[in-house]
Amino acid sequence: MIDVINLKKNFGELEVLKGIDLTVNKGDIIAVIGPSGSGKSTFLRCLNCMEDPTEGQIIFKGVDIADMSVDINIHRRHIGMVFQHFNLFNNKTVIENIMLAPVHVRCQDLKKEKRKKGVNKADLPTKKQIQEEARTQALDLLKRIGLEDKAEAYPSTLSGGQKQRVAIVRALAMNPDVILFDEPTSALDPEMVGEVLDLMKALAEEGMTMIVVTHEMGFAREVANRLLFMDDGVICESGEPKEFFANPKTLRAKDFLSKVL
Amino acid sequence: MGNFDRKIEKFIDVFLNQNGYVRVLEGLQNTLIIAVAGLIIGTLIGTLIASVRVMPKYKKLPKVLNSFCSFYVGLFRGTPIVVQLLVFYYVLLPLMGIKMTGVEVSVLVFGLNSGAYISEIMRAGIQSVDPGQMEAGRAVGLSFTTTMMKIVIPQAIKNILPTLGNEFIALVKETSVVSFVGAADLYVAFNLIGTNSYEFMVPYLVMAIIYVIIVLLISLGIKIMERSLRKSDRRN
Repeated sequence: MIDVINLKKNFGELEVLKGIDLTVNKGDIIAVIGPSGSGKSTFLRCLNCMEDPTEGQIIFKGVDIADMSVDINIHRRHIGMVFQHFNLFNNKTVIENIMLAPVHVRCQDLKKEKRKKGVNKADLPTKKQIQEEARTQALDLLKRIGLEDKAEAYPSTLSGGQKQRVAIVRALAMNPDVILFDEPTSALDPEMVGEVLDLMKALAEEGMTMIVVTHEMGFAREVANRLLFMDDGVICESGEPKEFFANPKTLRAKDFLSKVL
Repeated sequence: MGNFDRKIEKFIDVFLNQNGYVRVLEGLQNTLIIAVAGLIIGTLIGTLIASVRVMPKYKKLPKVLNSFCSFYVGLFRGTPIVVQLLVFYYVLLPLMGIKMTGVEVSVLVFGLNSGAYISEIMRAGIQSVDPGQMEAGRAVGLSFTTTMMKIVIPQAIKNILPTLGNEFIALVKETSVVSFVGAADLYVAFNLIGTNSYEFMVPYLVMAIIYVIIVLLISLGIKIMERSLRKSDRRN
């Protein structure tokens, strides 16, 4: 589904990614681990062009989204992202956070449809219907994570774990093909890590394609079907997680594992 | 104090019996129109400029727009408001063949002028919003403009409301120079009462009091607005 070809990223003089190749298939759960400064977050952020790659291609469903001339906003609808610091919209309630993007893009599509000739306007949904639909969907998602009573609350009143779960269902509300997780549990209190990981596990079991930058070695070992070990802007090792943890091949990986395990 | 009593009597006579109050009401109306319309135009222009200035700049168009905005801000902050009024009224508009009343020119100039100041206030406000908010908006497929309008600017405005209030207060007071282009504001009205009664002490005193009252009312309004915007905050 995603093909990364020779991806490079420089920040000024600093070379952060030095040529990365990766193929992501539908249903893959890929865990990306590595020491800090190894470029794993930058790599993840390049996948939906939050950082524009300096060189290389990212082929997402047949389109090179690293090409600056493509409308990245259209493709980002299909690539969800979950951040370390949740980044819920502070000026919106929980349910508005989830509904905002689906309602907005569907209304945009509606406008485009209306401009087309030969379209029977009676067949098109009204804005109100779109709103209602999105609200029902958002409430379903909230029920799923057990936060339907927080629908009208503002993010500032939620705990970290609750915020991150809302952030995950906000990404889900767009029905993405893949979700990128950028250290989703690193900013959480230890006791809240579990609830977020459980939700991620459930998504994995449903067949969602996920790329997860993480320091949770347990999650990487148990849930991921592929593991990438990054160091110094390149993928040092990739393969079966259990195999990697049992006998890492490179010295760098051995060294890293001896520190974190 | 007998002297002062007579002055008050004179003022009241002109104010009530010689249509002084009509002029004051007109003046008050013009002052408020110029200040409020100036603030609205200024906020729109300021928001636009601030948004341009925080745009990512790897494409050509934002770069060009950005240097134009820098020029605009430099120009309007670099010249006194009276000079701007005079230049617009006596130079630019006649050259372009546009006829405008003093009040209209004042609204235009105060709008353009406060736009330059508000753009910097707004830029600070936008930069005070966590960059993660913009990232989250972009990540779900919203455009820069949509994210700006729906997510970042509402939060920015909440942060800068006290400073924006300051700007509004300054604007109300600065409008007292619009008589340079023949707009009849509060100052003109009270000056006229003074001229008619040959007596300036009381009119100017009352004028000062009216300005103070307007400013106090504005401060009160801002406080109420701040409280209602704080509902998404933890500290309330």
